[in-house]
Amino acid sequence: MNTEKNIKTLLVKKPLKLDCGKTINNFPIAYETYGSLNEKKDNAILVFHALTGDQFVTGLNPITNKDGWWSYAVGPNKSIDTNKYFVICSNVIGGCLGSFGPSHKDPETQKVFGTNFPVITINDMVNAQYNLIEHFGIDKLFSIVGGSMGGMQVLQFISNFPDKAKTVIPIACTSSHSAQNIAFNELGRQAIAADSNWNEGNYNSKDTIPDKGLAVARMAAHITYLSKKGLQEKFGRKLQEREDLKFGFDADFQIESYLRYQGSVFVDRFDANSYLYITRAMDYFDLSKQFNGNLSDAFKETRAKFFIISFTSDWLYPTQENKDIVIALNAIGADVGFVEIESDKGHDSFLLDVPDFLSALKNFLDKSYIEN
Amino acid sequence: MKNEFKVIAELIEQDKKVLDVGCADGTLMKFLKDNKNINIRGLEISKDKVQKCIAKGLTVIEGNAEKDLIQFPDKSFDYVVLSQTLQAFLNPEKVINELLRVGKKAIVTIPNFGYWKIRLHLLTKGTMPITKTLPDEWYNTPNLHMCTIKDFVHFVKSRNIKIFKSIALNNENVSSINDTNLGVKNLYADLGIFLIEK
Repeated sequence: MNTEKNIKTLLVKKPLKLDCGKTINNFPIAYETYGSLNEKKDNAILVFHALTGDQFVTGLNPITNKDGWWSYAVGPNKSIDTNKYFVICSNVIGGCLGSFGPSHKDPETQKVFGTNFPVITINDMVNAQYNLIEHFGIDKLFSIVGGSMGGMQVLQFISNFPDKAKTVIPIACTSSHSAQNIAFNELGRQAIAADSNWNEGNYNSKDTIPDKGLAVARMAAHITYLSKKGLQEKFGRKLQEREDLKFGFDADFQIESYLRYQGSVFVDRFDANSYLYITRAMDYFDLSKQFNGNLSDAFKETRAKFFIISFTSDWLYPTQENKDIVIALNAIGADVGFVEIESDKGHDSFLLDVPDFLSALKNFLDKSYIEN
Repeated sequence: MKNEFKVIAELIEQDKKVLDVGCADGTLMKFLKDNKNINIRGLEISKDKVQKCIAKGLTVIEGNAEKDLIQFPDKSFDYVVLSQTLQAFLNPEKVINELLRVGKKAIVTIPNFGYWKIRLHLLTKGTMPITKTLPDEWYNTPNLHMCTIKDFVHFVKSRNIKIFKSIALNNENVSSINDTNLGVKNLYADLGIFLIEK
């Protein structure tokens, strides 16, 4: 992928001590912005992306030539209105769209890191991204927003920087990765590791990437993003361009064909080692553990206004896990609102056209901005 | 805004912290926030109504009073308001206890089943009463535990709950309830409003 020319990067000179003990410095953070920062610099929203997202939130993604991953929610007159707000989003460290990650060269050895890249955490990701706020000279963000792993980053960010955001919107996420979450991530990682091209992470030419393993990882994960009802309604037992079963192992069913397609397009845009690193960061995420088992303590320093959103059919980060965050916030009298949105679209609901979600997000932001 | 909310709003001083349990579309919350600088939170079970509150810029939590009050610490609000929903809970006594645990004081309003029109309906028609405040049929009403103003007064007294104010409402007409006029108010009021504390 020759992507350099479309990617804005900030070179962070300040050393960053990672949770694993290693320190990185002079590392790039790739980012994108939308809208414009006003004079008072009080209209900035930091958006955090999910596992396979990137900095291209909306508009045309110049790398994939497809719409940005949150085009339904972000843009002119949309929920996160770029006519009004200055939206910043960066590729997480460990990622593969310009930020410091396993596909970069180790400056010491001049070899691609691969699995020699340090293991990073959600905490490391947000600490790295904090540099962007300083870069833009923003004292306080109007909001921090993200779904799924983006929501985890939201929680970690406000815990680390309690006075740096006025409003906080974690969506369809959790404060602690569950055994089931870890299990699915491990399935994906093992699928990659089982591909002989993976070669312990040392694959350098495009012909030898572990694309089969990565595609299987994506297929398995993709199922977890949808609901049983959603799958049944969209695909049911419908057959793929055939009249009857073929008594073989080609994709007889539309759902098989769909998943294979999802796997195949994913490998063109995502790096297998990044997939290992980012899923690991999610698995290590346990905010209450960072505060000796008391999640409330993660938020006790902040005066920010929280708005937590979950979806009825999300079984990956179910409502109860989102509610646990609400409970922890109520326990310390924080300003917290919560809504569970009715949707059959599963965990992916936050990325899709779900009108109740989009209007709740817009109303919360716009009303909070007026009171600002 | 309906008269009931005006009376409730008068019971609450400026700048207090208030939880509105079953806050519906947030009408009372918005009034308290705008006119009395109240730090207001709502708890509401209906998704549609939660959306309406969000559209008004109100902090509301989607949830069920019987399950979700437990998450609030003791005495974390100056007032907890429960408007015309006590009778709809499976266990109203438990809810009253929770209101008084979470709030320093609670304001509870009840549709009065002792109201003369209700008594007359049952007496003359012999069917379950249907009125403006109780519009549902017996088979689809959410109201499981109807009570009268007198029942509620007896209940709180038996539980050693202090009553600071009891107010009777009949349309536009607002009056105080005391020990001597309890029987009359129980007949002529369609709504009772109580400020209580444990």
